[in-house]
Amino acid sequence: MTPFKPVLLEAVGVPDGHTIASYKSRGGYAPLEATLAGKQPADVIEMVKSSGLRGRGGAGFPTGLKWTFLPKDHPGPIYLCINADESEPGTFNNRILMEDDPHQVIEGIILSSFATRASTAYLYLRYEYPKSWHRLQAAIDEAYAAGYLGKNIRGTTFSLDIYLHRGAAAYICGEETGLIESLEGKRAWPRIKPPFPAIEGLFRKPTVVNNIETMACVAQIARRGVDWFKSIGVPADPANPRDPGSYGPKLYCLSGHVEKPGCYEAPLGITARELIDRFGGGVWKGRKAKAVIPGGISMGLMTASELDTPLDFAGPGKVGCLGLGTAAVVVIDDQTSIVDFLHNSARFFAHESCGQCTPCREGTSWSLRILERIKAGKGRLKDLDILLELGNTMGMMPGSTICGLADGAAWPMKNAIKKFRGEFEDYIKRTNPSGWMVTDPVPALQIVGAH
Amino acid sequence: MIKNGDGSDFPVAAGDTALAGAAGQGAAQKSLPSPFFHLTDEMVAKIEALAPRYPNRRALTLPALHIVNAELRHVPLGAVAEIAAVLGLAPAEVQDTLTFYQFFHQEKPHGTVRAFVCRSVSCALRGGDHLLEHLCKTHGIEPYGTTPDGALTIEPAECLGACDFAPCILANDDLLKDMTPETATAELKKPRARAT
Repeated sequence: MTPFKPVLLEAVGVPDGHTIASYKSRGGYAPLEATLAGKQPADVIEMVKSSGLRGRGGAGFPTGLKWTFLPKDHPGPIYLCINADESEPGTFNNRILMEDDPHQVIEGIILSSFATRASTAYLYLRYEYPKSWHRLQAAIDEAYAAGYLGKNIRGTTFSLDIYLHRGAAAYICGEETGLIESLEGKRAWPRIKPPFPAIEGLFRKPTVVNNIETMACVAQIARRGVDWFKSIGVPADPANPRDPGSYGPKLYCLSGHVEKPGCYEAPLGITARELIDRFGGGVWKGRKAKAVIPGGISMGLMTASELDTPLDFAGPGKVGCLGLGTAAVVVIDDQTSIVDFLHNSARFFAHESCGQCTPCREGTSWSLRILERIKAGKGRLKDLDILLELGNTMGMMPGSTICGLADGAAWPMKNAIKKFRGEFEDYIKRTNPSGWMVTDPVPALQIVGAH
Repeated sequence: MIKNGDGSDFPVAAGDTALAGAAGQGAAQKSLPSPFFHLTDEMVAKIEALAPRYPNRRALTLPALHIVNAELRHVPLGAVAEIAAVLGLAPAEVQDTLTFYQFFHQEKPHGTVRAFVCRSVSCALRGGDHLLEHLCKTHGIEPYGTTPDGALTIEPAECLGACDFAPCILANDDLLKDMTPETATAELKKPRARAT
């Protein structure tokens, strides 16, 4: 295998790599100038469509296709929202892009705004990234001074302003309609779809919501071409007409029990084992992996025997996970209790459920209370079935909630209990020798706070 | 004696004035001293400077809350009513948004250093929960609590997006990487620039 050269991360470790001078010296903004000089928005849409680029925020929806859902000949305004509310546990690739190469992101935003005919782009940035905030603002100021932003960019009729908008520490703002509601100044309650944002989004106008890494990919496709992008990754499965393929480089965030945690760029389709061994220096302390999260905590768990699963958009689903998600790979070693892991996961979702849909608000909260009880040595085998029932009934997929947060809460629960049931049963029997078989109702230990 | 934001005497109870304030009052009376108790002229000017970015004033809610919170380290109910007056909203609309986030303290200011200790999966696997417990115990406070001298608030946080440096802490604008109970205790003793 020929060594893969990082592209999205090419500025990492470069002195002053975040400045416009450095970005231009690497070939940046030349594709934008060429596009503005001789191309139409439809050309850029076609380029992104034919590249096969799929959104990097978690859902993997084809980016070019998303853009074509905007109404034709709309009088405007059309808005572009950039989702930088990166809060899926284990995920930090957007932070690295914004801190180390903000101009790559900005060029992608300008190209995408040109394609979608947006004249205002709001970059919704999570509060927890103050360094990204300052780096991005400095880079935006540089881009205005260089004439890449503002009125009549490069003497064309295309104008664009990019505004940073800071969140306030709520995971749900990463859901695209939650983000829109939050930007509008309201509580970030996701909207019922349809209408999809492309028809009625921010301020009730047609809106595209794209992720930071997606924007960086757009900039690189414009610079290096569609053929380059398509030469990387996993081609579409010819036997499956609904598979759009997994093309391009991807930023994998590796963390947890590995020797060298970090953000690593690799072709889509690398396996978790390759990531851990080639990039992560192996599982820490010479231990073995017990389980691996394939793409952020919502995606569920792979067992040690599933580590050769390719991490492309289709791979994790084949071993019962929810999907590739944000490609945040979290390694859990064999000394870690899976009960503790699931408790941590349940605490996260109980805290971050926005409270709008009852099945999610109550389901995540009760999952946590049941897991608190199990951890306190008062668990019963019946609790595992209750947790599974909750997992099977809350979420967008069973049809009981508006957004996918509850599916994300359900997946680690379902995967953990199905794939590690023996460990849960042993734990419950060991810690509650006199009560593990009880099936009568029991009180919860405590009430938990939530959004 | 209640004083105005600029130190002058303030004849009416804060809440009453703010609630009586008409929509857009802040903009209309820019040249006059602030009619508000909590919001200063400077804060109102900062909010107004952002207004051209959005097609309506409600979208200024989060930016306004951040501007006020950065100065006061909390957003008391009176300030909520004043923000509402500036934005032309009902106080309940601003309060509704504020309470959703659990980010803005309302009862009293958070410490001059506000430390978010990550407890999500990647940090938890490397001792995040232990770190939080240790820091709270060392400072004799509960999570979300503030030390009696007002120097430090410790809050649990969900994923800070710095899993490559787990366990990590965000102290004001500073990301503290690869923390141990010992290094974290030492780091949190240092004075820090205000969060932006």
